[in-house]
Amino acid sequence: MKLWNHYHTPASTAEALQLLRDYAGQARVIAGGTDLLVEMRAAGHAPQEALIDITGIPELTRIEATPEYILIGAGVTHTQLVKSPLLAGAATCLVESCGVVGGPQVRNVATLGGNVAHALPAGDGTTSLVALAAEAEIVKDGARAWLPVEKLFLGAGRSLLNPAQDLLLRFRFAPVAAGREATAFSRIMRPQGVALPIMGCAVWVQVTAGHFSAARISIAPIGPTPARATDVEAALSGQPATATTIEQAAALAQATLHPRTSKYRATADYRQEMIGVLLRRTLTAAIERI
Amino acid sequence: MSSLELTINGKRYALDVPESRTLAHFLRHDAGLTGTKIGCEEAECGICTVLVDGTPVDSCIYPAFKARGRSITTVEGLAQDGHLHPIQRQFVRHGAVQCGFCTPGLMMTATALLEENPDPSDADIKEALKDTFCRCTGYTSVLHAIQSAGRELRGLEPLPVNDPEVVEPLKVISRSVPPQEVYAKVTGAARYTDDYHFPGMLYARTLRSPHAHARIIRIDTAAARALPGVQAVLTHEDVPGENLHGLVYRDWPVLCHDVVRYAGDAVAIVAADSEDTAAAALHLIQVEYELLPVVADPKFAHTPQAPVLHPNHPTGNLLKHIKVRHGDVERGFAEADVIVEREYTTPTTEHAFLEPECAIGIPAGYAEHEKLTVYVGSQIPYQDRNQIARSMNLPEEAVRVIGTLIGGGFGGKEDIAGQIHVALLATVTGRPVKMLYTRQESLIFHPKRHATIIRIKTGATREGKLTAVEAELYGDGGAYASLSDKVMTRATTHATGPYEVPHARIDCYAMYTNNVPSGAFRGFGVTQSAFAVEQNMDLLAQALNLDPLEFRLLNAQKVGVTTATGQLLRESVGLIETLEDVRQDLHAHFQQPQITWGWREGTKAYGWGIACAYKNTGLGGGAPDRSEAEIEAFEDGSIEVRTAAADMGQGIAHVVAQCAAEELHVAYDKVRVLLCDTDLTPNGGPTTASRQTFMTGNAARRAAIALREALTQSAAEMMDVPPQQIRYEEGLLRYNGHSVEVGKVVGWMKANGLAPRTRHEYHAPATQPLGSGGDMHFAFSYATQAALVEVDTETGETKVLKILSHRRGPALVTAAGPLQDARH
Ligand SMILES: Cc1cc2nc3c(=O)[nH]c(=O)nc-3n(C[C@H](O)[C@H](O)[C@H](O)COP(=O)(O)OP(=O)(O)OC[C@H]3O[C@@H](n4cnc5c(N)ncnc54)[C@H](O)[C@@H]3O)c2cc1C
Ligand code: FES
Ligand code: FES
Repeated sequence: MKLWNHYHTPASTAEALQLLRDYAGQARVIAGGTDLLVEMRAAGHAPQEALIDITGIPELTRIEATPEYILIGAGVTHTQLVKSPLLAGAATCLVESCGVVGGPQVRNVATLGGNVAHALPAGDGTTSLVALAAEAEIVKDGARAWLPVEKLFLGAGRSLLNPAQDLLLRFRFAPVAAGREATAFSRIMRPQGVALPIMGCAVWVQVTAGHFSAARISIAPIGPTPARATDVEAALSGQPATATTIEQAAALAQATLHPRTSKYRATADYRQEMIGVLLRRTLTAAIERI
Repeated sequence: MSSLELTINGKRYALDVPESRTLAHFLRHDAGLTGTKIGCEEAECGICTVLVDGTPVDSCIYPAFKARGRSITTVEGLAQDGHLHPIQRQFVRHGAVQCGFCTPGLMMTATALLEENPDPSDADIKEALKDTFCRCTGYTSVLHAIQSAGRELRGLEPLPVNDPEVVEPLKVISRSVPPQEVYAKVTGAARYTDDYHFPGMLYARTLRSPHAHARIIRIDTAAARALPGVQAVLTHEDVPGENLHGLVYRDWPVLCHDVVRYAGDAVAIVAADSEDTAAAALHLIQVEYELLPVVADPKFAHTPQAPVLHPNHPTGNLLKHIKVRHGDVERGFAEADVIVEREYTTPTTEHAFLEPECAIGIPAGYAEHEKLTVYVGSQIPYQDRNQIARSMNLPEEAVRVIGTLIGGGFGGKEDIAGQIHVALLATVTGRPVKMLYTRQESLIFHPKRHATIIRIKTGATREGKLTAVEAELYGDGGAYASLSDKVMTRATTHATGPYEVPHARIDCYAMYTNNVPSGAFRGFGVTQSAFAVEQNMDLLAQALNLDPLEFRLLNAQKVGVTTATGQLLRESVGLIETLEDVRQDLHAHFQQPQITWGWREGTKAYGWGIACAYKNTGLGGGAPDRSEAEIEAFEDGSIEVRTAAADMGQGIAHVVAQCAAEELHVAYDKVRVLLCDTDLTPNGGPTTASRQTFMTGNAARRAAIALREALTQSAAEMMDVPPQQIRYEEGLLRYNGHSVEVGKVVGWMKANGLAPRTRHEYHAPATQPLGSGGDMHFAFSYATQAALVEVDTETGETKVLKILSHRRGPALVTAAGPLQDARH
């Protein structure tokens, strides 16, 4: 069943934006297509007039390091990201999360930008970007802007980006300072099938003189959009970086966060119980890296 | 249409194609490279994998125009200058190819892995294959094949092949020979139904009910008919013959007319110039339904409140009550010291064969097709022919069914899928019509393994001897009978497990419901009852403080035991041997004659479990069980065996070729096998009930013996020597220092008006119906396996870490895949 009529592979952001304008709402941005095409096929609607493939735009397919930031193009594939020497230490949680998306064939084409723009509350790459306090560069209504990744989301499957008009260009975040900061990601997944995890967790921690001086925790899905567990982050702050503190944080998270039942993945009760397990495991892995 | 330029397998292509093409469709339809298969079209199964600039991608969701200017490698590009690539060679060598439908995807994924890492660990291979599925092999042979190919690429000896024991004096059987068609399967030349194309062919789709139970008030097809490109829209009114089909009971509408009984029931069919038009036409058919109360549960189906789904069935929603009565259960339980009673439920299970159903109908008179012909990868071609003929109101001889290769079946391709629909559409339009199901449609439509509710009570004495079994089984047969009667009979008769049980009372209720129909699936009902039986065995062993393996040994069936159906076991009862194999392997695992069944390490719990099973061979139960094969010798010395037995990857072609080669004393590669053409091959009977190796293997053997005798007789006359002095050696007939080739004898026979062709219809030993107390089956096979399972006690996640299986007896063929798959 045909899903689209025209396929374009622009070579620059300007050309992509022009194409979107030309199609006046009838085109849609595509990267790896692993979310988009599977969803379009399942929906069985009339074909999309045009798909604008952004993966041939050099600006969107690079990973760069500046002294201040790591920059990752929205069109960078999960495979590219996992193999990048720039990210192994500087964004371990992101490498871990992108490394478990789908299988190799999916990771070879699926992009970080697609994971975020799809706007589901538990996209694995998104979970890690939130813990890294990453920002996203977007073109919205023709204007470029940087804003925190967390602020992109409006609801499950909905973001600030108009899929027929706007573009996600790049992500940036501060690299992890080795020896003092560390990140980790882990998730609970059904053995096979449905793409998204039962629950995923990414953490960024900073340890000063044996105590947590700062922490960022992202556990997903909790609500309709990705979000940080700020109460738990606050409770960690200033506490000794020990198993006991981690246990208390896990207990607090389990008591205060309320995930929901999903008919494909897990019941709320199971997820509730897993919050503690997952947070304990992920925090432990992170402090072991310092 | 736009021009697409790219390189495929080193060759430049520039084709004008629609921009809407996926790479998979472009390769298959536009470039004519049908080696790349499509299994799901949603990036799940990985069998469509091709390499784009060396990187494996799922071609089913890769837009063709994304590949512009790039270099694509497909399975057709692996062999160079007629030489197989090491990966192809090793897949053949290790028996990693069964139905072959996944093979291109597996090989492409593996090739990319080896390119990047020629020395991968097993873990690397498993990670690379994470999303490339195979339903037949169980992966062990695949792993070995990839390891071996890596070694070959690194200039090392490939891994040894685990050949079965050679049984002397056999020359072909039990020896390692490549399966028939295996080279076609590894090069991409093998053709499954969707790989056939006929000029002028139309594409068909089925409109299915979205409701589980509803009355059809009105069907309006006018808008769909008016859509340009639509050639036919048919409903029940257009079925010229009987609008019902079914293998055991004819209760399944070809196209529903008054009610729909499950979400998936076929209501209308469309044929159009393109797949897109056919799909669009479905949306234009208007069906008005009146919703009816739904029967979702087999126990509810059995109550007076439940609406009756098939008013013509004499026992209402109760499709069949199946009973086993043996001894006196009250006495048996009175003698028991421990009694365990539990209720188990097992879920509906999908076969997930990787090739979705496909059928092509060709009208009578089209090109060389004299008759209405249907190409289909079916498990039972002669039954297809019968069912098509009835619904088309034609004599059976006016219909020809040609079996193509089958990309897996496992029981799920026994019932009619699109066979009758394409016959109808081809007849009405006068053009070839292909109907290919999407994965979603396949999942929704075809019969599954029965969900069951099994209450089972088992008693044993303090010494550990079973005294009685009482069981009640409910089988969810779904909307139509399919093979429920037979499957649930098997569940019932095997519900004592492979043990000596002096007293048993078993009642099974196979029920109609509004769920998807249930039918055949490997294990054929025994899977479900074995699950319940073995759980109770473990609970009893625990209650009696007995070792679960010793407890099973103590009760194992052996020669002299009478089964619950009254069958005295007289020979070949192998359960004890299988238990002893596994015990030996467990002792080796623990490095001492002591088994620890369960333990904990931190937050992980570990346990070994053991289970036994037995399963009949052949139809049994008094059903006439026959298979016929024909053999012909040719002047070039080659032999052709013909039989309509389906090869869905289990290797029946391989078996009959070996049987023929053995009896005719010719080389295996001189034998070709023609399967499943109702005009050219005699009836091999259904490919079900684990019967083909035994039945069609015997038919081929005996036909070969008859042919050998005919050849000997003719050679004797030709050389003027006594026939009893002629010996066979490697394709030659020898007499006293003289020899003559088989082909020469064939030439002589033809010149003398004799046909170098024989047929044999093999009849299985007679069996008796259930309840008669006679032998229900002529043979059983027995199995024992042990599994080591890890449980993460914090998350509940489980992992099967190891499986130990009983060793095989001498095997006819070498590919151990089906056994490994059964374990994995
Ligand atoms: C078999 C399978 C397994 C999977 N497993 C996982 C998993 O384990 N974890 C997980 O998180 N996900 C998983 N996914 C989902 C998916 O692969 C990921 O979310 C992936 O990162 C999506 O990226 P993409 O490039 O394919 O996005 P696309 O499908 O191309 O796009 C997704 C959405 O984002 C929009 N979009 C893409 N790029 C841009 C851009 N630059 N600017 C604006 N809009 C854009 C598209 O219009 C579309 O709405 C799986 C999918 C499959 C098929
Ligand atoms: S992944 Fe492409 S057909 Fe299944
Ligand atoms: S051989 Fe792999 S699916 Fe059949």
